[in-house]
Amino acid sequence: MAGNVWVVAEQWKGSVSDATYEALALGRDLAEGLGARLEAVLLGQGVRALADSLGRADAVLYVDHPALAEGTGEQTSRALAALAAERSPALILVPTTNVSWDLLGLLPARLGVPLVNFCRQATASGGAVEFSSLLYGGKMAATLTAGDGTVVVAVLPGVRPAEAGKGGPPPQVEEVAVAFEAGDGVRWLEYEEPEAGDVDITQQEFLVAVGRGISNEANVEVAEELAAALGGAVCGSRPVIDQGWLPLVRQVGKSGVTVKPRLYVAAGISGAPEHVEGMKDAELIVAVNTDPGAPIFSVAHYGIVEDATDVLEALAEAVSKRKG
Amino acid sequence: MKILVLMKMVPDIVEELEVAADGRSLDQEYLRFIVNERDEYALEQALLLKDRLQATVVVVAPEAPEVDDVLFTARAKGADRLIKVVGLPAGAGARVTATALAATLPGVDGVLPADLVLSGCQSIDDLDGFVAPLLAAALGLPYLGLVSRVAVDAEGGKALLSKEYAGGVMGRFELSLPALVGIQGCEKPPRYVPVAKVRAAIAAGGIEEVAAAGGAGVAPLEIAAMAKPEAAGHAEMLEGSARDVAEKVADILAARGLL
Repeated sequence: MAGNVWVVAEQWKGSVSDATYEALALGRDLAEGLGARLEAVLLGQGVRALADSLGRADAVLYVDHPALAEGTGEQTSRALAALAAERSPALILVPTTNVSWDLLGLLPARLGVPLVNFCRQATASGGAVEFSSLLYGGKMAATLTAGDGTVVVAVLPGVRPAEAGKGGPPPQVEEVAVAFEAGDGVRWLEYEEPEAGDVDITQQEFLVAVGRGISNEANVEVAEELAAALGGAVCGSRPVIDQGWLPLVRQVGKSGVTVKPRLYVAAGISGAPEHVEGMKDAELIVAVNTDPGAPIFSVAHYGIVEDATDVLEALAEAVSKRKG
Repeated sequence: MKILVLMKMVPDIVEELEVAADGRSLDQEYLRFIVNERDEYALEQALLLKDRLQATVVVVAPEAPEVDDVLFTARAKGADRLIKVVGLPAGAGARVTATALAATLPGVDGVLPADLVLSGCQSIDDLDGFVAPLLAAALGLPYLGLVSRVAVDAEGGKALLSKEYAGGVMGRFELSLPALVGIQGCEKPPRYVPVAKVRAAIAAGGIEEVAAAGGAGVAPLEIAAMAKPEAAGHAEMLEGSARDVAEKVADILAARGLL
């Protein structure tokens, strides 16, 4: 596998994301395994200063263009495809986040190269790279390889600690002029912040999280009872938000928030990677699910194979009794 | 106005998944298939737009087990036309599926151009890509994914979309039509349809079968092995009745000073 290792430096609202540093740490290992240079690619407008924090890379390729100011996938994929077509990197590592989602979808198509999705690990030796990807909601892992030529890799959050991708001296920055047809089919208008007034679940020490396994909206009340007994709040995984049982600001995971409470009770949550990335660092995780093979039991400290609502009810009672 | 909805079937992961004898794929024998959840939201979004704009909704799905039921359910909910693309290899990945749809759909009478193409923005088996953006790129349509609200200004030839970012932040975007949108959610959960209406749709029939056209693809990924993931750790399992395990958890919380 010839060519350098690229990491797309994801920047949003003026900051480089932690997912970028995680990908840089993986990229460092892969570059060393391949005997290649590690290059961060920073796309935007007026954000050159952000390159200073990318010192784990050997160099930063910086593309400054008005069409890249808000980083829509339509534009970033065109710019990056043009640059990659010129320089033929071996790997393009892209953080799997909502900011880079459209880039991940479009870039392989524009370049006509393969995508390795859901990548949770990759190793390089003997000039080849072996990837491990999680699929089917985290219930299966595939080990795979790609042929020669550029490969785009969607790197799952948590692939390495973000700290491992930080530090190093300010890297060499190469400002690159890229010719690409920006197009105007997709226009960013504004960001809407979530409505204030609801509970900020990132500030709670005790969280009772509910998922599809609680079966119906009435059972959210049971979770509320436990949360009240603990002195915490209720949050949820994607299906509960989709059903409208809880507001979007209570969502933990990819489109929601990352939480680190002292206690996280996961009730009826299977543990898909999109959810786990938002709660895996809680101090104590207790999971309840009827499926003994649910991936949530791989991240929980204590597990219970039981109906979630029954356990929430009993636990609310037990906690209330202890607290007097 | 015409809205095209792409739907696909995926393995139901509530069921136990097993690895096939080749060690590199899912054992198909006991697999149960369900519609990709995000595609259900795409259909719901299309039907809401149909109600508001008197649009025509065309649903397209590759052939797969149980897909007829999904198409008839879409009809019972209000879809106007049902198309099943047949001849794709079993277990075709996102890349092969998108390439085949891009080669096939332009040749089907009255399907393209559509003002809006909606599809789930992801599925649990997207190992080699996402169908929606791959198809958008192949058809030369503007694309935005992770969308959970769609409003259409038909006269202005544009759509106003809300895209999900982290922390409950929504990005507002405007797309020129025609466009392809990857749906993550919808303002309402997918509508319920009575079984009697689905039965009536099945009795009426009307699924059009279209043969998949070939297309140039990229070199596929080589899956060397598939296995249940080895967990870095595993929870200590607590056993007993709900009341028993609740007492055990309360003990643990008390011992940690959490009560």
